[in-house]
Order: sequence, then C-alpha cells, then structure tokens
Amino acid sequence: MNKKDHHKTFVYPTAFHSRTSRLNQMQACHRWKDYLVADVYEDVALEYFAMRNSTGVFDLCPMTKHKITGPDALEFLNRMLTRDVSKLKPGRVSYCVWCDDEGQVIDDGTVFHMRPGEYMLCSQERQLDWLSISALGFEVTITEPTHELAALAVQGPTSCSVLRRMGLNDIQNLKPFGITWFDFQGSELMVSRTGFTGDLGYEVWIEVSKAEALWDALFAAGKEYGIRPIGTHALEMTRIEAGFIQAGVDFLPADEAVRPGRTRSPFELGLSWLVDFKKPNFTGRKALLEEKEKGSRYNFVKLDIAGNKPARDAFIYNSKKQVVGTVTSAIWSPTAKANIALASLHAPWGKPGDELYAEIYYQRELKWSRVMARATVVEGAFFDPERKKVTPALDF
Amino acid sequence: MKYDAIVIGAGHNGLANAAFLAKAGMKVLVLERNPWIGGAAVSRELHEGWIYSNCSYVCSLLRPEIYRNLNLAKHGLQVVPYGGGATFLSNGDILGNYVDHDVKRREIARHNKRDADAYHRFSRDVTRQCRLIRDFLLRTPPDPTSFRPRDISELMYMLKKFLNLGEKTMYETIRFYSMSVAEYLDEYFESDMIKAHFSGSGIIGTALGVYSPGTAYVLLHHYMGDIDGSAGAWGFARGGMGSVSKALAGAFQEHGGEIRTSAGVEQIIVRNGKARGVALENGDEIYADVVVSNLDPKRTFLKLFDEKDLDPRVAEKARNFKIRGSSGKLNIALDGVPEWPALGENNPLRFGDMHFVDSLERLERAYDDWKNGMWSRDPYVDLLIPSLTDPTMAPPGKHFMSVFVQYVPPKVKGKDWTDEDRDAFGKVVIDQISRHSPNFKDLILHAEVRTPRELEAEVGLTEGNIFQGELTMDQLMFNRPFPGYAQYRGPVKGMYMCGSGTHPGGGVMAAPGANAAREILADMKRTNVVPETELDD
Repeated sequence: MNKKDHHKTFVYPTAFHSRTSRLNQMQACHRWKDYLVADVYEDVALEYFAMRNSTGVFDLCPMTKHKITGPDALEFLNRMLTRDVSKLKPGRVSYCVWCDDEGQVIDDGTVFHMRPGEYMLCSQERQLDWLSISALGFEVTITEPTHELAALAVQGPTSCSVLRRMGLNDIQNLKPFGITWFDFQGSELMVSRTGFTGDLGYEVWIEVSKAEALWDALFAAGKEYGIRPIGTHALEMTRIEAGFIQAGVDFLPADEAVRPGRTRSPFELGLSWLVDFKKPNFTGRKALLEEKEKGSRYNFVKLDIAGNKPARDAFIYNSKKQVVGTVTSAIWSPTAKANIALASLHAPWGKPGDELYAEIYYQRELKWSRVMARATVVEGAFFDPERKKVTPALDF
Repeated sequence: MKYDAIVIGAGHNGLANAAFLAKAGMKVLVLERNPWIGGAAVSRELHEGWIYSNCSYVCSLLRPEIYRNLNLAKHGLQVVPYGGGATFLSNGDILGNYVDHDVKRREIARHNKRDADAYHRFSRDVTRQCRLIRDFLLRTPPDPTSFRPRDISELMYMLKKFLNLGEKTMYETIRFYSMSVAEYLDEYFESDMIKAHFSGSGIIGTALGVYSPGTAYVLLHHYMGDIDGSAGAWGFARGGMGSVSKALAGAFQEHGGEIRTSAGVEQIIVRNGKARGVALENGDEIYADVVVSNLDPKRTFLKLFDEKDLDPRVAEKARNFKIRGSSGKLNIALDGVPEWPALGENNPLRFGDMHFVDSLERLERAYDDWKNGMWSRDPYVDLLIPSLTDPTMAPPGKHFMSVFVQYVPPKVKGKDWTDEDRDAFGKVVIDQISRHSPNFKDLILHAEVRTPRELEAEVGLTEGNIFQGELTMDQLMFNRPFPGYAQYRGPVKGMYMCGSGTHPGGGVMAAPGANAAREILADMKRTNVVPETELDD
C-alpha cells in the first residue's frame, strides 16, 4: 500500500481476504477506507441472527487504529478526550469521544490501555492530523498501524464458548471492556471484550501474518456453535439495536463539516455521560461548559415508532405538524420486535412523553405511500441483554 | 446603419455579453480585430491536422447557469473532465493527484502520513471559501460608498453571507484573502514537496510568488469551478477552447446577432459626454446607443478613448492598473505519446496535468528570475496532452501538448522580446520536460512558443496577462478594475466593460460578460434575461 504503484489496486484486500472472499456467496462488497469488505455473505437475516443467537464474525481490519506511547501518553489523551481516562487501568478499554475547540464532536471511538503507558485509539475516521495538532507540547509518539494489525469482531451468545474451544483458557472471566493476551502459534493474540453489537462479544487482534491461521482456528472452533461470517448490513442492524452512533451517519465529524451548524456536541448526541468537567482542561471544555449553561441546540433520541414501516430518512414532526428533526438510522428490530430509530431533534423536542410523528415513505410493488406514524421517545438501549454484562460469561 | 449595441472584441466574454443583449431583443454587432473569433478561447490549426487550444486550454469556471441558459450544449459545447495530475520529483518519484479520493489519500500518505489526513481539512476549508465566492460570481459588486438602495441591499446580502460563515470561518476568510499560498498551505501540510504541489494553483497567471500575499486567493480562483457538480474539477472543451467561443457565437447568432471579423476598432466615438459608436481602423464609423468593450481595462481606457475625453484621475487609475505579463505557452504537435518513466505504465495520471517543480524554494526562485526581467530558468509548467482525452485534437496516434509556463516577463531585462529570446525561452521549457520524458524531443513535429509579446500582439491582452489584470484583493470585487468602475459602466454614458478585467475576473467564466449584460439591460429599461446563480444550500 506504501508502494508507488498502489494506484493499480484501487481497493485493497484485508488480511482475511483469502477466507472472506471464498465465503462471500453474494459477491456484494463495498469499500471501507482502503479495503474491500462484505456487505453480506449469504443472507442478511441469517447473519444478523448469528450475532443474536450464536456467533457472527466481522472483519474489522479497515477500522482506523492509532498507537499512542511515550511519557505523556496519558496526559495527552486526557487533554484530548472529553472523558477522564486517568482511571483507565492497563488491560481496560473505554468508549470515548473527542471534540474540537468549539466542543463539536470530531469522532467517537474506543481507547485501549494495553500495557502500562501504551494506548490504542480506534476510530471510524483517520485522526493523524488531529492527533498531531493535539500533541503539541506533549512527549508522545503516535503511529497508525491500521494496515499491520488484523482484527475480527466475534460477537454473539456463543462467542465465549467458541473462544474457549479455540483454547483461550479462562476467557470467560474477562470482564466487559477488559483486555487479555494469549499466545497464538507463537504470536501475541490480543482479545478484548468489546464490540459494536451491544451483546456478549469479543474483538480479537493479531499481526497480519497470522490472520488467516486465526480465522481458520476460530471457524474450526465455532463449527458446533453456529459460527458465521457477517457483513456490514447485519452489523448495522445490531448497532442500531444497541443504540450506538456512527460517524458520517448519525453525526458529521466536525473536521469534515463545510457548512456551519451541521456538527453536534457530545450533549447533542446523548453522550453527556462522556463529558467530565472535573477535569481541569480538555479540548472543547470551555465551549461545552457554556453549552451546559445556555442549553443545547439538539437532542439525540431513540424512537419507538408505531407500525412496521422502517422510518429511514424520515422527518420528525411535533403535534403542530412542524418539522422538529430527522431520523439518522432506522430499522425494524427482529430481536426487540419493534420499529426503532435514532433521531436528531431540535431542542426542546425529544423529551420522554413528547408527542412526535415520523413521516415515512414506503413502497409496495412500486406503489409509493406515506404514513405519519406516532414516535415515542425511549430511554436506554432497544436491546440490552443481561449476558452482555455477566462475568464469568455464560455458556450457551 | 445603427445598432442598439456594439461589442468590441469577440472573446468569450464579448460573445456572452452580446448573446444576452441579443436574447433580450437588442440589435447587436460584435467587432473582432482578428480574422477569427474567440480572443483567448480559441482552437487554431497551426500545424496541419492538429487543433491547438493555443491560449486558454482547460475549462472549469464557465458558469453552468450561462451554459444552460444560452443552450451552449446545443451549440456544440461539451466539457469533458480530465483526471488528476502529478508533480514529478527530483528524486525520480512522483506525487500523484489521483482523482479517486482514497487513492489520492494513499498517495499523499506514501510521502507523508499526517499530510494525507490533513488533506481533508484543507479540502474542507477551501470548499468553505468556494461556497462563499461562488454566490457572488453572477452578481454585480455593490459600491460600498453608495447609498443607493440597490448597493445597500447588495452590501447587506454580502454581509449576510459573510455572517453565515460562523465566527471562526469569518476570521479565516479575512486572513485567507490576504495570505500567500505558501503560508496558507503551512497551516495544513508538513511536507515542502506537498505544499509545492498544491501551491502551483496560487501562481498561475499571476506576477506574484508563492510567498507573495494574495496568492492564496489565486488558488481559490482555480478551485471554485466544477464540472456537472464535481467541485474543483477541470476538463477539456471538446474540439479545443474555441468550442466555448463557437458555442457562444452560435447562441448569439441564434438570437439575430451579427459578428464582423477583421474589423479592428480604432476608437470609441464620444459626443457630448456620451458614447455614440465606434470608428474602425479602416476609417468606417458605426453607430449604436450602447458600446461595450471586451478589451482589458488598460486598452479600453487608454487606447479606445481619446485621453482628453477622460477625467485625468480615471486615466491615472487605468495607467496604474496591474496587468503584468507573467506567463508563456508552448503548443506542441507530437508524433506519438511521450513516455513518462516516473509515472510507470498505464498510470491514469498521464491524462492529467503535469508539473516538474517540487519545492517552494524552486518556485520562489522561478519568481526571482521574473523580477530580474528574465524567464524562469526552472519554470513552473502546467502540461497537458488534451488529445489523449479528446480525439478531435490530433490525427489518430498523434498528439497535441499544451504547456503553460510561469514565469515569463513582459520585457527581457527591460528590452522588447526578440525571436532569439523567444526561442531560448522555449528551449528551457522543452529541456525541462525532456528531463522527465526521454522520447519527448524526438516526437516534436511543430512547436509554437508564445511569450507575452505574442499574446499581446495576437490576442490584445496587455502584457499578455491571462486574467486581464492581477487577481489581487486591490483589484477584486468592487475594486475590479478600479473603484468607481466595478459595475461594468465606463467613464462615459452608454459605454460599458464586459471583459475579465471586471468582476469576477478571468478563467473563461463568461460571468463578466453576463453581469455586464444585466447592467446594460437595466439601464436600457429592458427585461433582464441573464440567469441568476443557482444556489446550493
């Protein structure tokens, strides 16, 4: 990828390509950053239910990874992230967001505190420019080993059993957001109890040269536990059920926004729990403090929508028929058995009990219809199984 | 024979202006000094079988509203985008500006990983500036000292657009318009080579260096166009840039307009402080209620008028108008496709624009030569082979190469250009290209070398300045060409200006011609037919 003739390969294979391409019956792919990834291997519903019923494996290689080391690594991250990560112990992971000076979210991601003083920041967008700007005055080394580190998400109720069968002893005792390491054919295999599905699940990380061997071991171990590769379409369903937001879908990264007013603060994305004003200084603190006093422009809500027509791209109205916002993500949830949506609404709309309607356009045999469906603000995830949190992880 | 309007100069702005006046029902005559039309947007067969876009050579800024309103597609204009470009580095490598976003990012990352991530911040900020300026291209600049309701409302519009940028971008905008392109790029990129690559757009056609304040805007001037909504894209007018003029002439003639070539204008006839018509070089006089000049401000004020007819302070402003020659051009007929070993085989960048200067210092040194009255010994070139994209430009298997060159002085060490000077300048450019293409020299069948001398003599641009005047803040918006004359009205009643020397400047936009037509129609109490900007939200 670093070679001069890289232009001859528009889209690169991931470290698992030899395996994923063989399983990709639909040949339905899309480009995620530099890489080719599967939309769906065989069937979206089967893949979705693998994650909710057995185990789904998702190729995570294209996710952007940054490594941050050096004596000031913690201080640097604590200045950049809105959350206090000084409490993040080695072997732990934390969900986080970071903002620009105006308190607008640049991206969200996960910060891994691996060995003491050694951090990894995973994000949707590439952050080397922002990390370098933020690192002025700090003694830190920042690299982006995205292409050197292969990763898979192993998600679903039987995921722990699969990993145990693979020989990862004691993995059941890994707590949510914990990290542990194993030897895998002489290489270091990192396992974190993290994921984008809001369910019991793990992410496994290994050097690229061992990627295919890891895939094979995983699928051999998972044979009797309903393991199945899953594409982005199925993953999208699970992350909406979990109520997780996605950059470029539910919010626009602040460093990409051309038009003023298109960005959102953490408060406006329902992430106030990630903002820690007890920290004396972090990027965006002043602006966020001001917003906290003056009030936010938007509310980010989870909606339960009447009927069974997914409210994709719908406008949201109040009882006076005024547009008060738009849906950012929506699906019919097969597990919650509900018509769910994430939406960004103008303040003050979006409080529980507000009378809201979604304007849904849908088509049946090429005939388009429109329905105004009642939308109810929901608190908490649409789907939040106990097995996600229980340690030791349950056997299924 | 009396016309409603006479337009002097059949350049693309003169033709656009005339087309709108004719469309509004006026009886219009366009007078052109050369035996052909088009001014600096021409296609000329200077070597048998080859079509040269021998002045302007690429198209992006032409206003889509004009394209559509005058039905230029019907009149044969098709603009085909070309892909990307490359800077050839001294170490044998390249920096490719690939069309595909991810491939482009990877290419920058190959040289500097952080700069690759910074590129989207750079694009975002340039896009913000583009969005601001694009709203004003088809509007007449307000006179900031006037209390006329129209000027006040235009000023309010401008202020509203500015305030809509948000606090941070307002500050950035003010800085942007006064910065040098090199310093602007410093705010995004680490690599000097990457900055050199992007800074080329800041000096094209400009007698300023990469470190001269004001060049950041010139970069924007090259980024603010689009092809079918693809922002910043440039393309070839199929059949050469003359197709733009030909289509505009077609639209003009469709509405009953008349074009007379080989009809140079000697002077504008002024009687009782009002323009009455023109006197031709052959002594003929033609009369009209309206006289429009598509010539540059210097020629318009100092040559078309008897200076006695002008207020001395106006003549002074015209004399001091900055329209410095800084560019040259080589148009070359090739016997085949030049090889570019640094690109490697089948690189899509061979269809794009190529440059051979890879550091800011080399670019600044190139400017130093110009200041010393010499052509750059190591020039910045913008090289394209349109015939790789457009099959109509050269016979099959043969090619036309367009090489724009920066910097070339209007005079050599204070003396007029000689043919020997011209050939020595041409040799410098050919040598630079052949350092990157081993078979290039052997392929040359014919080369036309154009210095400011040739550009001025043939096209009539003073000093050969391609924009009809520098695009610096002191000569933009309500200061273009100079204060008091930015609303297309000339120094006497009934006389107007429609060339690139007026807002919003050069680059084959056709906007000055259209804007001038709108003003003329308003003065003549006729219904406006000039389209408004199609705004994006």
